[in-house]
Amino acid sequence: MALDKPYLDVPGTIIFDAEQSRKGYHLNQFCMSLMKAANRERFKADERAYLDEWPMTEEQKLAVLSRDLNRCMASGGNIYFLAKIGATDGKSFQQMAGSMTGMTEEEYRNMMIAGGRSVEGNRYVGEDGTAQAHRQPQGSAYAHPTAGH
Amino acid sequence: MARITASVYTSHIPAIGAALDLGKTHEPYWQPVFQGYEASKTWMQQHKPDVIFLVYNDHATAFDLDFIPTFAIGTAASYAPADEGWGPRPVPTVQGHPELAAHIAHSVIQQDFDLTIVNKMPVDHGLTVPLSLMCGQPPADHFAWPCPVIPFAVNVVQYPVPSGQRCFALGQAIRRAVESFDEDLNVHIWGTGGMSHQLQGPRAGLINKAFDNAFLDQLIADPAAAARIPHIDYVREAGSEGIELVMWLIARGAMADVAGGKPPRVAHRFYHVPASNTAVGHLILENA
Repeated sequence: MALDKPYLDVPGTIIFDAEQSRKGYHLNQFCMSLMKAANRERFKADERAYLDEWPMTEEQKLAVLSRDLNRCMASGGNIYFLAKIGATDGKSFQQMAGSMTGMTEEEYRNMMIAGGRSVEGNRYVGEDGTAQAHRQPQGSAYAHPTAGH
Repeated sequence: MARITASVYTSHIPAIGAALDLGKTHEPYWQPVFQGYEASKTWMQQHKPDVIFLVYNDHATAFDLDFIPTFAIGTAASYAPADEGWGPRPVPTVQGHPELAAHIAHSVIQQDFDLTIVNKMPVDHGLTVPLSLMCGQPPADHFAWPCPVIPFAVNVVQYPVPSGQRCFALGQAIRRAVESFDEDLNVHIWGTGGMSHQLQGPRAGLINKAFDNAFLDQLIADPAAAARIPHIDYVREAGSEGIELVMWLIARGAMADVAGGKPPRVAHRFYHVPASNTAVGHLILENA
């Protein structure tokens, strides 16, 4: 019998449940290893070699290498663990959260100062709010001509 | 006997800790946040507890994915502020209260809540930011928090997290446990986390002032109804991380009115958007 997962129709959101946690175990434990300064140094010196020490999927490794946090989330990452990568890169939590929206840091910060993202249109998949798939990416973070998307 | 005299509710945003530690509290962005806690610091000095029972969540600090306890009570003598990747916060070591903590663990488990007992863990911003907001920065010549703290960590990171109902019932069990401790102790119970926020995905930055303020109203006046809010309502209305609000129901469940006493007095209420990604909510309730 299927488990009760009523949150699957919330737009722009991946709930870190037991299933995601199972998929993301090694990815998240890799992130956790960055709590140690010596590991951060080894990771920064050769990211690919460090990742290859972990039994992660290729998709997870590529997601980390490209710092695509949405892709990390989709392959089982959890934001509190992924934040360790951000800390290694010298990023704040707001910079990390903003990076998942397609907004620049300034655009995201201004949205928060203006009261944050409205829930209107963002409760269910299929509405027309800013978090809906058909309205991505938001903002101009990827407007750079070489970004490719 | 020991008794719970008050409950405190507050968000526990890491950027607040950073703003405090880096001396940014008077910047225009942060000033309104800290202004909202000035009355709280005065209240703490006037209502100094003997022990704080502090409900919070660990953010991939003490607990990684090797162990995911739903409810974990700290029975240690002390807890070091954690290095969350930016260096440990420059705040005092947290002193525990092993005698009361062990007593509560024993009593609450006998009331059918299967707690995990923890004797060694660093504590992250989830615990130290509320202490900083309520107590201020301790002076250099007496670098200590005002009283012992019993950390109580709730899993709100991996779903399913405990339900509001379960948390509310747990608070009632904690109240009974405290009241069965023979020593005369003035105990505060704090519920932390929230309010509306989402830290992930294209929906990051979600804030819902209407939901948050309705939650504050209901938490004060009809906590049993607030406890019936299902998980999905928090996720849909208050963002994926807004689910942390279930921890407030533990503190609220421990108040006297839930056990047939008088309604609590609202000593302070504060709400502000934003602090980093998050809506800041804060309440102080006193038992009559």
